[in-house]
Order: sequence, then C-alpha cells, then structure tokens
Amino acid sequence: MIIDLQRFLSQERPCWAELENLLNRLEADPDQKMSLEQVRHFHLLYERTSSALAKITTFSSEPETRRYLESLVARAYGEIHETRARGHRLSLSNWFFHQLPQTFRRHLRAFWLSLAITVLGCAFGGLAIALDPGSKPVLMPFPHLLQDPAKRVADEENASTDKYAGIKTTFSADLMTHNIKVAIFALASGMTFGLGTICLLFYNGVMLGAVAVDYIRAGQATFLFGWLLPHGVIEIPAIIIAGQGGLVLAGALIGWGRRVPLAVRMREVSRDLVTLIFGFGLMLMWAGFIEAFLSQYHEPVIPYAFKITFGLVELALLILYLAKSGSTQKLGVETPPA
Amino acid sequence: MKTDTLLIRTPEGVVFSQQLAGPATRFLAWGIDLGCIGVVMIILNLITLLFVLLSPGLGEAFDILGYFVISIGYGIACEWLWRGQTVGKRVLHIRVVDAEGLRLQFNQIVTRNLLRAVDALPGMYFLGGLVCWFNGKCQRLGDIAANTVVIRQPRLTEPDIDQLLPAKYNSLRLYPHLAARLRQRVSPGEAAAALQSLLRRDEFEAIPRVELFSELARHFRAKVDFPAEALDGITDEQYIRNIVDVVYRARK
Repeated sequence: MIIDLQRFLSQERPCWAELENLLNRLEADPDQKMSLEQVRHFHLLYERTSSALAKITTFSSEPETRRYLESLVARAYGEIHETRARGHRLSLSNWFFHQLPQTFRRHLRAFWLSLAITVLGCAFGGLAIALDPGSKPVLMPFPHLLQDPAKRVADEENASTDKYAGIKTTFSADLMTHNIKVAIFALASGMTFGLGTICLLFYNGVMLGAVAVDYIRAGQATFLFGWLLPHGVIEIPAIIIAGQGGLVLAGALIGWGRRVPLAVRMREVSRDLVTLIFGFGLMLMWAGFIEAFLSQYHEPVIPYAFKITFGLVELALLILYLAKSGSTQKLGVETPPA
Repeated sequence: MKTDTLLIRTPEGVVFSQQLAGPATRFLAWGIDLGCIGVVMIILNLITLLFVLLSPGLGEAFDILGYFVISIGYGIACEWLWRGQTVGKRVLHIRVVDAEGLRLQFNQIVTRNLLRAVDALPGMYFLGGLVCWFNGKCQRLGDIAANTVVIRQPRLTEPDIDQLLPAKYNSLRLYPHLAARLRQRVSPGEAAAALQSLLRRDEFEAIPRVELFSELARHFRAKVDFPAEALDGITDEQYIRNIVDVVYRARK
C-alpha cells in the first residue's frame, strides 16, 4: 500500500494529540467520569490511532512516529480494555469492617490448612521437648527461652526494676518490624509452590509448642498464659493469616487442575493477597504494641487474671470480627479480563 | 521461548510491541534505588536526632520504623506515583507495566515489591535474577505473581539526516513512484543498517568500507529497479546515501 505519508501524518496528528491529552487527563485523575458521548469519542480516537499504527508500521522512515503511536495505543488499550474494578478512593472503615474479613472468609480453606500446619508444628515441638528436654537449644534458639521456666518466672516476679523502662517504644518498634517481615516472607514464600510457607508455619508451630510444653511441664502454665495471651492471640493468627496468603498464592501458582492461564489465576488472587498483607500488618502492629507495653509485665505489677482475661477478650473479638464482620454487605466479585 | 520483545495484540487486530528490560539493566536500576534508599536513610537519621533530643527511646523507635517503611515503601510509593518507575528505573529508562498491556494497579505494585523477599534469596537477588534469566518475559517471581513486566523506554532521537546528507542532487528522487515503492519495501531494520553504515563510515578501513557499501548497494538494488540513468556515475556509497535520503526524508 503506497500512501502519501506527508499528507497522512498532517491529517492524523491532531487526532493523536487529542488522544494523548485525553489519556493524560485520565491518568492524572483516574476517578474522572466520562459521559457516553465522551466515551464514544475516546474509543473513536483509539480506533483511529490503532489504524494509523497499522498503516505506519510498514514505513521504515518513521520509527519515531511508530514508537509514539505504539505508546499511545498501549496506554489507550489499558484504559479501554481494563475490566478490573477501578481503585476507588480508599475508605478505611469499609476496608476494615468489610473488605478484610470478607477476603479472609473467601479463602477459609487456606486458613484452616495454615492453622493445621501450625498445630502440627506445635504438636511436634511439644512432643519433642517432652520426650527430649535436651533438644531445647535446637527448638528454641532464643537465649531468654533457654533458662529454666521456674527460675525465669521467679526472676520476673521478684524484679525490683522495670527492665523495659525507656526502651518500650524501641522494643515495640522492633517487634512490629520483625514480625511483619516474617509474615511477609511467609506469604511471599508461596511462590516456592507453598513449600517455603509450609516450612515457616511448621517451624513457627514447633517453637510455640516447645515453649508451651516447657512452661507447662515446669508448672508455670498461669505465667505462660499471662505472658503469651495478650499479644499472642493476635500475633499467632496474624502469622497464620500470612500463611493463608502464602497458600492462596501457591494455589494460584499451581492451578490445581484449572485450565486457565497462570496470569489469569494470579490476577484473580492479587487483590485478596494485598488485603491480607495489610490485614496481618495491622494485627502485628497491635501485637507489637501490646507485647512491649503489657505482656512483659507480670504479677505483682499486673495480675495474671487481668492479662489472661484481656487476651481471651481479644481472641473472642478477633474471632467475631473475622467470622461476622461485613457479612451483610457483599463485595463486588472481581471478574478476570476476557 | 525467551524474547526481548513483548507483543500485544489488541482485539482490534493491532499489534504493539514493548521492549523488555534484561536482568542486568534491572539490577543496575536496583543498585541506583539502593543508593536512593541510603540517602533517604541519612536524612531520616538526621530527623531522628531531633526526636532523640525529645526522647531517646522515641528517636530510636522512629529510626527503626522509618527504616522499615522506607525499605519496603520506597518501591511501592515510587512505582505508584510515577506509574511504574522508581528513580533507578527513570535513570535507565525502564518501567513496570502490566504484562497484558492493561492499567497497572496498586495491588500489582504492592505484590511485586513485597515478593522481593523471595526474589532476593539467598542474597543479591540471585533467585529473582535466575528466574528472570530463564523466564520468557524476563519476569522475576514478584513479576509473575503480580503479572507485570519491566519494559525499556529508550529516548528516541531522530538521526541528524541533514548533517549527514547535505542537500545534494539525488537522482533517485526523479522517480517518485519508485522512491515510494522503495520506502514501502525497505524494512526498519534494513533502513537502520544503511543509516548506521553511513554514520560509522569513518570507522572502517578503506577496503572493508568499499566492500560493505558494495554489498549494501547490491542488496538495495534488488529491492527496487531504478533506471540505469538514475545510477550512472554514482559510487555504491553515494547510492546508499541516496537510498537513506529517500527513506528517511520522505516528508520533504
């Protein structure tokens, strides 16, 4: 096809410029609403530019114009063919009371699996410490956990000074960042076909089970619950939810007999994963705060009964929240692009 | 199959291409970003000093949280605000885009950035680099999960044809229908090869230079058969100049 290139370019350039302006405006303000007439005009400009690209592709003399048109068509294509829900303005209350719990419930099987792996790890850790108390340094690689539980309890209860005085904020920040990093890693490890997530959940369970059995065998169950429950009832579920996210990711990666492309499967879970990430991030911030400011204080400073009750109330509220919150409002189901 | 170009076919049947960025470029961009994070951290440390004056504990906590937020949030914030680019990516003219040409979403940015935790294993992005090397679209694990690709966006500059080809008489232009056919038949790659050979002609020794232009002339003569009088008395190199003039200065 031989066309008068000069005439063609001069005729078409205003149309490309108009499309470019329109795209700039749309990209600057994604919430902008167009009337039906404007949408039709936008589509017309897109089709005309696409057609110009098809024509100009045959001309070796216009590499820059071709690139420019490719970039315009690519941007317009993204705007026109995008079928995922547009990221509307974030409403924190809607996200917290509806989106997060609904997302959690949508992947409940992955949560139960994540919980089962952790419980399995707990059983293994508990059994190991019960049968072989000498394995403590291997199962609990933290110096403060290696000492005799009874001695630690006596030290804590008889302490005359506050060992966290002046460093509570730092300790809290340390706990938050460390735990969030671990949780992110647990989720991200889903990309190892779930193996990394499973190992991390199991290992976390092993440590938890070992510590619990060690303190219970030493007759320090009350101290244990008073120490762990206030922050643990949030921290441990947060890690399990991170594992849930990792297993969801692994499920999408593997596909389990689904005949849809990997890209589509990933697209389906992407939004849910991010919701879970922000969810467990929030939970771990709370847990870090409570651990530094409440969990580390024992009788006679804070009665165990109060701490245990506080933990149980938190757990009940968490279960209620995850099971019931947002159950009356259904989220729009994200449809994958055709 | 591994390729350096991502082709997207629209439902309208139009194909547009995106040049994929390789692992080396991406690694360099990451290095620049690491430097940027370092600079931001230095600034954060200075701000922390102010907090330390108020309360040492608060200052240290601010430092810990600040480092965490910056190291994780830098990529997310930059790519969200700059539509798929960080400072490193801007410097090296690369950009994150949706693998299917659709609009890049916040979820995708968060996912690809948080999955760096696995891509970075066991250190220096070894796993991510390895996956990127073998993946057909040059995606690391984070990109696969987020369904994104990193593309090159080179700054295109048109060659200064006027300087290269002073306004001399071009016998080929006497045959506009043949000139038009030539423009139609010459591919972008062929046109670029002819142009580059002219731009770099002084880098060749005399004999290889004559041989090169002779071969190029033979190739382009086979494309369109100009009348003998149009080619009388011009060397192969001049013939290639005329060809480039016709192809690149089509608008004049």
